[in-house]
Amino acid sequence: MSAHTPGARIEPRRTTGVPYVLIVPAVVALLLGLGYPLIWQIITSFQKFGLSQQFGKPPEFVGFDNYVALAWNGEFWQVVGRSLLFCVVTAVITVVIGVALAQLMNTVGRSARLILQVSMLLAWAMPVAAATTVFIWLFDRRRGVVNFLLDAFPGVEMNRYDWLGNPSTFFIVASVLIVWMSVPFVSFAVYAGLTQISDEVMEAAQIDGAGAWQRFRGIILPMIRPVLSIVLLLQLVWDLRVFAQITLLKDAGSKSGEFDLLGTYIYKLGVASNDFGVASAVSIVVLLITIGISWAYVRELIKEDEAQ
Amino acid sequence: MTTAKLGRIALNALAIVIAIAWAFPVYWMVNSALIPNAVLQQFRPHFFPGGYFTTSNFAGAIADGSFFSALGMSVTITLIVVAVCLVFAFLGAVAISRFRFRGRKSFVLALLLIQMLPAEGLFIAQYKMVSSVGLLNTVLGVSVIYIAAVIPFTVWMLRGFVAGVPAELEEAAMVDGLSRFQAFLRITFPLLAPGLVASGVYAFLQAWNEITVAVVLLPAEAAQTLPLWLRGFVQASATRETDWGQVMAASTIVAIPVIVFFLIVQGRMTSGIVGGAVKG
Repeated sequence: MSAHTPGARIEPRRTTGVPYVLIVPAVVALLLGLGYPLIWQIITSFQKFGLSQQFGKPPEFVGFDNYVALAWNGEFWQVVGRSLLFCVVTAVITVVIGVALAQLMNTVGRSARLILQVSMLLAWAMPVAAATTVFIWLFDRRRGVVNFLLDAFPGVEMNRYDWLGNPSTFFIVASVLIVWMSVPFVSFAVYAGLTQISDEVMEAAQIDGAGAWQRFRGIILPMIRPVLSIVLLLQLVWDLRVFAQITLLKDAGSKSGEFDLLGTYIYKLGVASNDFGVASAVSIVVLLITIGISWAYVRELIKEDEAQ
Repeated sequence: MTTAKLGRIALNALAIVIAIAWAFPVYWMVNSALIPNAVLQQFRPHFFPGGYFTTSNFAGAIADGSFFSALGMSVTITLIVVAVCLVFAFLGAVAISRFRFRGRKSFVLALLLIQMLPAEGLFIAQYKMVSSVGLLNTVLGVSVIYIAAVIPFTVWMLRGFVAGVPAELEEAAMVDGLSRFQAFLRITFPLLAPGLVASGVYAFLQAWNEITVAVVLLPAEAAQTLPLWLRGFVQASATRETDWGQVMAASTIVAIPVIVFFLIVQGRMTSGIVGGAVKG
């Protein structure tokens, strides 16, 4: 966009209340749907919800007790560790594959690229409920096509392998599903960045004797760095919010706590056990982790907004 | 030269193989939806419907009593969310792209941060709030939460479109004797149509696909949206044999409108999310 912004020109004449009136509806909607719950949640995370509260007794303030209890709760740390590990591994795999496919799109001929892009768009467009259901069927123990194909390899014994029945393979399926759903966004974003790199620069580097890897490291990587960091950041944040996928996969697999990530853990504490104090405390932890990760991204966007 | 050519052919072939692998789950969904369940239960999977082709899975999935009520819920919630978000977000976008005012920066910052917050981090509080006013299992309860979740990105997306229409056009119309409001309505508004369509489709996709908050706020079977209806098929498998033909037909029904709408706005969404980073 040009440095001269169209909007800025009217500004000196207009310092009335008009803009405030314009943002009122949005602000009210946000306060109602997010602001009020957030404040309730902060307060509740300092309160104790026990059996007597289920019978209508108002909860009492217990200071940081819920947080302290969490700090000593082994299951909580397991869930946090598992969620972070899952999130980082899935996000990194997504970005690596996404960049590789973007590079592939940029190298191949037009028809091959179009076929690849259409296929990526299909995966991207799939609603999460439908995608997860399809993956449950693909990895079905008895009649899933994945077990059938793996079993067809000589020496591989995968007939009736129960992917969703044990935690490590459960999370492999979840990760494959999320990588499948998220790679298209990464490759399209990075591909858009790659098309900005001029052919002359690449040719010059080639004439100077730079190999493919050198060109990637020396020219392409620095050029797409801004997109890459944003995309990685978004993936990290998005891969923390996988409640939907995990819940649906658990429907088909097991209800056990070993399959929980932060989202399903909070749900279990709050909605299922009515322990709103501790559930709120865990939610606050999740919000803080998210804000921590996304701060840099938001700052970038703000800079862009100001440059406009 | 020939090795370079061979390498090129190999890369093109690789791209097509990856394309096939990536589209496979979607293909498998449709394929399984078109094959009778008895055939799906055979040991050897069928990679094409061929002679088994049937549409009875779709009929069976829809005949399940709750389909139409779930469709009704989804349509109602989606319409409310799209309409409210478009109006509110449009006003907000005009405010931040046409005016410089005190608190503007905080407003933009808040929008961007809120947009990143996961539903998982707030749904317990939202559940408590909505249930305390007796709105669990209602369209209204879930719509309030969806609207708040969708507004930030729609404001951000529309802001780009509003800023893209030169204020000079409006000013010229004002010189020609139109009021500021008239100028906006006749000049700027029509130019914003693509932006409104894109934002509307974005809101549609969010509301239509949402399942996390729906699981929490719509626990009753009678209040299911389409994604929850779909979940019901898999949940039922705990107690009885899964009819995968029907489940895949149900998935296809949920996915098709989304895929169609998604293809319309895809380009805009990428550039909206990564902002100016792509332009470098």
